[in-house]
Amino acid sequence: MSEKLIEIKNLKKYFKTKNGMLHAVDDVSFYIDKGETLGLVGESGCGKSTLGRAIIRLSDPTSGEVIFHGQDITKLSSREMMKIRQNMQIVFQDPYASLDGRKNLFESIAEPLKVQKVFSNNADLEKKVFELMDTVGLARRLANTYPHELDGGRRQRVGVARALALNPEFLVLDEPVSALDVSIQAQIINLLEELQDKLGLTYLFISHDLSVVKHISDRIAVMYLGKMVELTDYKTIFNDPMHPYTQALLSAIPVPRLDVKRERIILQGDVPSPVNPKPGCRFAGRCIFATDKCREVDPELKEYTPGHFTACHRAEELKANKDKAE
Amino acid sequence: MSEDKLLEIKDLTVEYRTVDGVVHAVTDLNLSVGRGQTLGLVGETGAGKTTTVKSIMRILPDPPAKIVSGEILFEGEDLLKKPENHMREIRGEKISMIFQDPMTSLNPTIPVIDQIAEAIILHNKITKEESLTRAGDMLELVGIRRERGTDFPHQFSGGMKQRVVIAMALACNPQLLIADEPTTALDVTIQAQVLELMKDIIKTRDTSVIMITHDLGIVAEICDYVAIMYAGEVVEYGTLRQIFENPKHPYTIGLFGCIPDLYAEDTALIPIKGLMPDPVNLPGGCNFHPRCNHACEKCSLERPKMIEIEPGHFVNCHLMAKED
Repeated sequence: MSEKLIEIKNLKKYFKTKNGMLHAVDDVSFYIDKGETLGLVGESGCGKSTLGRAIIRLSDPTSGEVIFHGQDITKLSSREMMKIRQNMQIVFQDPYASLDGRKNLFESIAEPLKVQKVFSNNADLEKKVFELMDTVGLARRLANTYPHELDGGRRQRVGVARALALNPEFLVLDEPVSALDVSIQAQIINLLEELQDKLGLTYLFISHDLSVVKHISDRIAVMYLGKMVELTDYKTIFNDPMHPYTQALLSAIPVPRLDVKRERIILQGDVPSPVNPKPGCRFAGRCIFATDKCREVDPELKEYTPGHFTACHRAEELKANKDKAE
Repeated sequence: MSEDKLLEIKDLTVEYRTVDGVVHAVTDLNLSVGRGQTLGLVGETGAGKTTTVKSIMRILPDPPAKIVSGEILFEGEDLLKKPENHMREIRGEKISMIFQDPMTSLNPTIPVIDQIAEAIILHNKITKEESLTRAGDMLELVGIRRERGTDFPHQFSGGMKQRVVIAMALACNPQLLIADEPTTALDVTIQAQVLELMKDIIKTRDTSVIMITHDLGIVAEICDYVAIMYAGEVVEYGTLRQIFENPKHPYTIGLFGCIPDLYAEDTALIPIKGLMPDPVNLPGGCNFHPRCNHACEKCSLERPKMIEIEPGHFVNCHLMAKED
């Protein structure tokens, strides 16, 4: 029986802008089981990073709850939060921007341990840092190098080592491999998978690359313009996507195979602005199935088959049509 | 392969002479593009893809870049021997280029239609009005309403800006279009729109294309021929089918092992061990040998030669020679 490690309820994150309220994350609810990887996909500006940050309170959510080990962490003071943070860490996309250029690799990895005052003597600290370097596959001789001397893959390993330093249970991985070349990307993905097995970690894996997300995730959530539009296990989302946006997104991925011929759905237009969004389905303007209801009423994320959630007024009807056609 | 070649690169070697030493960006590179064909140039950061195409356009910064040797034949004439004023006539009219980031290739202070018209008026003896009309036609060709031409780049989204850049590049109906990662900065659904558009235009106008990308998915979709580059060299070249169905070079095979497959169930990724070599200090022999699982002594000593393993399919690897 799986156990929920973290549950997000009606989370909203709005930003005040000159032109009005920007609904970056708008009423999103989901949970992640212990030891699970939840993939979060969507295009730029859909709110996936904002959601990742709001969950670990790098930016405070506008409203909603984040329940971690049965406790709503959005209500905690910053001192209490500091303790909880040992348990929830984040790895950022650009390992160059997220490391301090004036700290060498050893200092960078030691920093979280020092901030949380984990060790009282330097010998223990040193031992732990070297252990972490071993864990993420960084040679010990690199301890005195600076970020600019390292390549992207190694820098990202430093980012992972820092995140692991305090033995967290939960990691937000925000596009951790997007800035890397494919051969290095594969190395880091394998590392993340190994670490998860070894340390029993729970991941929220944020990425725009569906192939990578499918590879690493147990369940996948698709976001569009601040809303979660579909959530199900990694196989179902590819084999039987319900939401028209998910279908279009999947069909748009160029696949490095010649034997797969697919019907491509080309979406018209661009993602609309998240500032003061109109009521109704956010995707209605680009959706070929949209009706008047779609343009007026927000669809709710509903469970259609066990474990398969989608937010579309016409989901059932479209699925029935599709099944009939097949 | 000996059919009508539009562009032929022969033994091109390009270096960057820097204070830290000589960067061997491209070494003894041979490539050709036939009329109406699309060649995919694939490789990771630092493989020399962009240096190669910038050599064709002759827009490498010199110094530090230096074309040490080689020929680049375009319609039979060596571009490297052309004086700068001839090159200026060729650029934009016969060969044009699309860059990765549309945000930086447009002038933020000029309405987009004027930027497109600029290229047209430069290469044709026509009036300003005529050039604007043609620029408007180009905008419509890439799916942007003519009236939006008076807008400035910041008023367009990323995908639309890239369309403007494509319109600009195709305005003079070039014979060769070089696209340097044209969709990397775009979201997948927008990427799909732009790729579809490019495919259409290439087909109807019979334009030859060199498409630089690191995404094998895009290659599968749009290219006829593929060249895989590693550390400044082409390691494998062939038709799309040859490269995808019968990859031979260990690096090419490695690349395919690194990408998660959407259509396979739970496969493990097989990363290529190690890192790209430092181009100042290449390992010598076959440059891939430190990362290759099949490397033998010969690989570290001797540079492999291109071997044609089947008609039109070339591999730069000692292992291929052994099989004979």
